[in-house]
Amino acid sequence: MSTLKARKRQQLALLLGPVTLFLGIFLLLPLAIMVVYSFLMPGLYGGVEWTYYPHNYGRILGFADPEFEVFDPVYLSIFARSVKIALITVALTLLVCYPAAFQIAALPDRWKNFALFLITLPFFASLIVRLFIWVLILRPTGFINETLGALGLIDRPLDLLYTEGAVILGMVYIYIPFMFLPLYASVEKLDWTLIRASQDLGAGAFDTFRRIILPLTLPGIAGGCIIVFIPALGNFIVPAVLGGAKSMMLGNLIEQQFLAARNWPFGSALAMLVMAVVLVLLFIAIRQERADQPGSGHA
Amino acid sequence: MDHSSVRLDGARKSFASPEGTLVTALAGIDLGVKPSEFLTLLGPSGCGKTTLLHAISGFVELDAGRIFIDGEDMTHRPPNKRPVNTVFQSYALFPHMSVGDNVGYALDIARVARPERNARVGAALEMVGLGGLEKRLPRQLSGGQQQRVALARAIVARPKLLLLDEPLSALDRKLRQAMQIELKTLQHELGIAFVFVTHDQEEALTMSDRIAVLNGGEIQQLASPGEVYNRPANGFVASFIGASNLFTGSGSGSGAETIVRTSAGLTVHARMALPSSGPVTALIRPEQFALAPDSGTHGLSELPVSIDQVVFMGMVFEIHGRTDDGQKVVATLPASQQSRIAEAEGRRRAVLTYDPASVHLFPAVSEAA
Repeated sequence: MSTLKARKRQQLALLLGPVTLFLGIFLLLPLAIMVVYSFLMPGLYGGVEWTYYPHNYGRILGFADPEFEVFDPVYLSIFARSVKIALITVALTLLVCYPAAFQIAALPDRWKNFALFLITLPFFASLIVRLFIWVLILRPTGFINETLGALGLIDRPLDLLYTEGAVILGMVYIYIPFMFLPLYASVEKLDWTLIRASQDLGAGAFDTFRRIILPLTLPGIAGGCIIVFIPALGNFIVPAVLGGAKSMMLGNLIEQQFLAARNWPFGSALAMLVMAVVLVLLFIAIRQERADQPGSGHA
Repeated sequence: MDHSSVRLDGARKSFASPEGTLVTALAGIDLGVKPSEFLTLLGPSGCGKTTLLHAISGFVELDAGRIFIDGEDMTHRPPNKRPVNTVFQSYALFPHMSVGDNVGYALDIARVARPERNARVGAALEMVGLGGLEKRLPRQLSGGQQQRVALARAIVARPKLLLLDEPLSALDRKLRQAMQIELKTLQHELGIAFVFVTHDQEEALTMSDRIAVLNGGEIQQLASPGEVYNRPANGFVASFIGASNLFTGSGSGSGAETIVRTSAGLTVHARMALPSSGPVTALIRPEQFALAPDSGTHGLSELPVSIDQVVFMGMVFEIHGRTDDGQKVVATLPASQQSRIAEAEGRRRAVLTYDPASVHLFPAVSEAA
C-alpha cells in the first residue's frame, strides 16, 4: 500500500512538475521582481536604485515624494476611468449575452452548435486586425460617416474614433464571447420543468424570472462578469487603437511607464494596485458565492 | 351548468415530429372529470395522456376544442391563471429554495400574508408526513421525501384540481405501493379531483375511481377499474390491462348464450349476448381458469391444454400452455393447489375449466385478431 502511495505521489509530481516549473519561472518570479521593484527608487536613466522608496505608490495614492514632485490626482482619475469603462463593458456584454444565451439554448441541437461556432469565430482572426477594422468603420472617412453623409443626415463627419465611446464599443466587441460562454453554460443546464412548475404555481413571467431563472443562472452571471472585468480593467490594446489621449486606461499608463518613461518601479506599483483591486473584488465575489452555495443547486 | 370539475370538448392537438410529419396526440377528446374523483389517464407512451394533462394545466394549447374547469372556459388561459396544480414526474423542486419556500411558493406569488402562509405551509407538510422539515433543502431529502414535498407544494394553494404526471415512476416498488395508498387517502381528505397519468396498469387499477384508457390520441374506454378489467371495450384495452387470453372467431348463439368458434376450430362458451354482428373476441382472464377435478362433473366449460411451463410466483402458479391448435394460454392457479399442479406438470397436460359467465365478449377488430 505504501508503494502504491509512493507511486501515486511520483505520478503526481510527473504530471504537475512541468506546469509548476513553468509558472514558477515565468509567472511567480517576474511577479516577485515587480513587487520588489515597486518599492525601489527609479534610476535617473531607467533602471533602479536599490533603496526603499514607498513614493511609487504615493504618487498614485496621495503621498508624493516631497523632494521631487507634488501629488497628481491624474493617476487616480485614470484608475477611476478604467474601473468605469470595465464596469460599463461588463454591463453591456451582460445585457447583450444574457438574452442571447436563452435564445441559443432553446435552439435545436445542430443550430445550437452552429451558433456557438459563430460566437467563437472572432477568435480565429487577430485581435489587432479586428480592432483596426473598427478604425475603418469609425474614422471620419469611414463606413458610418460616409453612409450618413451620403444619406444627407450629417454635414460633416462625426467624431466617432478616439473617444471613450469607441473604446467601450471595442471592449464590448472583444469581450462578448468571454461573457457569453459562462452565461450559456449555466443557462443551458437550467431545468425547464422548473420554469413550468413556477408557472403552474401561479407565477407570471416576471416572478418566474426573478425567483427561479435569475438565482439559478447567477453563477454564470458572476463567472461572466469576473472573466470580463479582470482583463477589461487592464486592457491597453483597445484604448491604444481606438481611444484618444482622453480615454487613456491603466493598461496604457503601465505600458507607458515601462516602455516610454522607463520608470519600472512606478509601472510596477501601478500594476500591483491593479492586481490588488482585482484580488479584492475576486475575494468578495467568491465569498458571496460561498454564502449563496447552500441555497444553490449548482456547484 | 354541468357538475364536472374539468370538461374537455373535442380536444385536438397534433405536433410536428422531427421528421416533419404531423403526429396526432389528441384526436378529438371528450372527457368529463367529476368533482372529487380520482381519474387515471392510462396508456402506453405516445398515447396522448401527457398531452392531455398539459392541455388541462395549460402548457399545451389545443388546435381545436375547449376546456372548462369548474364550468369556466379555460381554453385560452395561461397556466399561471388556471386553478390547477401539477405534481411533476421529476418533482421539479426548486433546488435553490428550502422545502418551506418550495411549498410556500404559490402562496408567496399570491402575496398571502406571512403568518397564514407559514401556517398553511406547515399544514401541507404535515399532511404529507414531512412536518418540521421546512428548513431543509430538496437535495438533502430522499426521493420519496422529495415526492412528498412536490405533493405538498401542489396542494398548498388549494387547487380545484390536482394533476399528477407519473409521480411515482421514480420510486422503488415498496415505496410506490405505500404512496399509492397515501395519495388515495390524501385525495379523500382534500375532496378535490385528481387526474393521474400513468403507464402502469397496476397503479391505475389500485388507485382510480375511473380509468380512461388512451391509445393513439383517443379514449378507448372510460370506466371503473373493475369494468375496465372485467369488461374491456376492445382488444387494446383487454391486452393493455392485465394478462389476457383472447380467442377471436365467429360467434353464434341465442339470447345470453354464445359460442365463439375460432378459425382453428376451438370453441369458447360465454354467458353473454353477442355484442355485434361479425367477428367477436372472447376474453378469459388467467385467474378465471381452474384445474378440472379428476373425476365427476363440474358443470363448467373445459379447455384442454398442453403445458409448456409452470412458474411459481408466490401466491399463485402461472401455467403457460397451449391449446391443441397451438394458441398460447396463460392460467394462474392458487398455490394451495400445488400438488395437483405438480401432477399436471408431470403429465404435461391439463384440462382447464372456466365459468362461461366469466367470459367477456367484445367486437373483434382486425388488429386484435
